[in-house]
Amino acid sequence: MADRRFQVARLPGFATIAVLVFLALYLPILTLVGFAFNAENSISVWGGFSLKWFAAAWKNQAVQDAALRSLTIATLSALIATSVATLAALGTTRRPAFRGRGFIYVMINQPLMVPEIVTAVALLILFGIVKQATGYQGLGYLVAAHSAFCIPFAYLPIRARLAGMDASLEIAAADLYASPIATFRRVTLPLLAPGIMAGAMLAFVISLDDVVITEFVKSGGQDTLPTYMLGQMRRAITPEVNAISTLLLALTVALLTAFFLLTRQKD
Amino acid sequence: MDLAIEALDVVKAFGQGTSAVRALDNVSVGIRRGEFFTLLGPSGCGKTTLLRLIAGFEAPTSGQILLDGADITALPPNRRPVNTVFQSYALFPHLTVAQNVAFGMEMQGRPKAEVAQRTERMLALVRLDALAARKIGQLSGGQQQRVALARALAPEPRVLLLDEPLSALDLKLRREMQGELKRLQQETGITFIFVTHDQEEALTMSDRIAVMQSGRVQQVGAPRDIYTKPVNRFVADFIGETNFLEAVGEAAGWRLACGVLIPGTATPGQRATLALRPEHLRPAPETGDLPLPARMERAVYSGTDTHWHLRLSCGTALTLRRPNSDAATAAPPNPGTDITLGLNPALVQRLED
Repeated sequence: MADRRFQVARLPGFATIAVLVFLALYLPILTLVGFAFNAENSISVWGGFSLKWFAAAWKNQAVQDAALRSLTIATLSALIATSVATLAALGTTRRPAFRGRGFIYVMINQPLMVPEIVTAVALLILFGIVKQATGYQGLGYLVAAHSAFCIPFAYLPIRARLAGMDASLEIAAADLYASPIATFRRVTLPLLAPGIMAGAMLAFVISLDDVVITEFVKSGGQDTLPTYMLGQMRRAITPEVNAISTLLLALTVALLTAFFLLTRQKD
Repeated sequence: MDLAIEALDVVKAFGQGTSAVRALDNVSVGIRRGEFFTLLGPSGCGKTTLLRLIAGFEAPTSGQILLDGADITALPPNRRPVNTVFQSYALFPHLTVAQNVAFGMEMQGRPKAEVAQRTERMLALVRLDALAARKIGQLSGGQQQRVALARALAPEPRVLLLDEPLSALDLKLRREMQGELKRLQQETGITFIFVTHDQEEALTMSDRIAVMQSGRVQQVGAPRDIYTKPVNRFVADFIGETNFLEAVGEAAGWRLACGVLIPGTATPGQRATLALRPEHLRPAPETGDLPLPARMERAVYSGTDTHWHLRLSCGTALTLRRPNSDAATAAPPNPGTDITLGLNPALVQRLED
C-alpha cells in the first residue's frame, strides 16, 4: 500500500478549492456561451433560446471580412513561423554544440519574455517609418508581426520532439546509404511531423487570438476578428459578440484538442 | 590482399590540448575477408570507437582505414559498402518491418522488384516472414534484433559491423542469437566485425579476436591462442580465470617464490609473471608433473565445477578447478589440509610483463 498521508487530494478543503477554481475558470466562459443563444438583445438577461445571433454574425459583412482576414493572417504566419521554427530546432539540436547556442535559444524565445505592449509600440513606430518610406499599407505588416511572435510557440513543440528523437536513427539512415537529404526526407521529417503539426496549430491559435500587437500594427480597415470585437464592445453590446466568441472558442478548442492528440502520440 | 578491413596507425583523440583523451592510440589491425572477427575489451577500451571509424560515423584524428585495399578514410558513411547493427537497433519506428529491411536497398537505387524479392528473402533468413507488415513497436526485443540484422545484411555489405548487438537480450535469447549470428555469417560469407565485452561470447563465436585495452590492441589471435597463450597479464586476466605466479629466472628455468623450479629457458635474475589456468592444475601429480605443495583453504561448489581455493607456502593464492561430472572426483580436502598438487610445466604460460 502506498502511503496516502501526503496526497494533496486528501487535504481538507481540497475539493472545495478545486470547485471554486474551476468555477472561476469556466463560469465566465459558460455564461458567454450561454448568452450567445439568447433570444433578447441583452448579454445579461435571458429571454429564451435562439440561434439568431449566430445568423446575424454570419450575415454581417464586417464580421465576414474580419474573420477572413484573421484566418489569412493566422494561416500565413503559422506557415512562416513553423518553417523558421523547424529550421531553428534542427539547427539547435542536430549539430554539435557551438558557441552562442544558449544565446540563440534565448533569442528565439524572446517574444515569450518581452511584454507584448512593448513589442506592439516598437512595431508601431518601426512600421510607421516603413509605411512612410514605401507607401505599402497591406496585410504584410500584420503577417510579419504575427510570424515573429508565433515562432517560439512553434519552436517549442518541434524542439521537444527532436530532442526526444533518437539521433542514432539518422546515423542508421546514413549507414544504409541515405544521403543527408534523403535522411531528412525519409527519416527526420516523418518522425518530426507530429511536432511540426503541433507547432503549426499552436502558432495558428496564438495568431488568431492576438489583440494587442494587432491593434497597434493594423492600418485602417484591417480589423481582425478580435480587434473587431474589441471595437464592438466600445459601442452597443449585443449577443452577436457572444456568438462570434463562441465560434472562435469552438475553433480553438478543436485545434488544441488536435494539438494534444498529436503531442501525446507515442511511437 | 585478403584483408577486408585494415586499420593503419589509427589515432582517435577526443577533446583538445591537455584534456584530450586518446580513445584509440595507434591501432593497426587487419581483418580477413569472410571471417568472424571480434573486438573484445572492457568498456572504454576503444572497441566501439574503432567500429564507428570503420562505419564512417567519426573521422580518425590520424591514420587510415582501408576497405579491400582502398582508402575509405574520407568517405561519408552513406558511401561505404559497410552496414551496422546498432546496440540500440536504431530501427525506424515509422516504418514496418519490411520497409525497414528494404530501406538500405532502396537508397542503393536497386530496382523495386529486386528490393521486394530480397526483402522477402532476408525476412525468411531471420525467420520473420510472418511479421513483415508489423510496426517496430509491436515487436519483442529478440524480434527487433533480427530485423536490425536483416536490415543491415539486405544491401549485401562487404563488411557487417555489430556493436554489442546481444547486450539487451536475456541469457537464453542471447545464446540462441549467438548461434543464429554464426549461422548467418557462414551462410552469407560476409565479413563480420563484432564488438563485445563478453569474453565467453567472443570465444564461442569468433574466428579471431582482438583484445583491446586503453585504446590499444593487446593481442590478436584465434580464441584458442588467446586463451592458452595470452601475451600479457591483462589478456590472461580478462579472458577466463588465471592464476598468476611471480618467478625469477635461473639458468635451468623459472624459480617460483615457494621454491619450485619450472624448467625452461630463462635469463638468470629476470623477474617474470607466469600464468596457469585453474583447470590445468591437478589435485595430485601425474606422470611428468611437477609437485606443488599447497594448503587447502576452502572449496566452492558452482554446479558444473568445484573451485579449490589454495595457498602456496610463499603466500600466493591459487585456484584449481575440477569438473563435478568426473566420477573419480572425491570430496575436496578439508580446509587447512596440506596437499601436493600436480603442475604440468608445458601448460604454464610466461607473460610479457
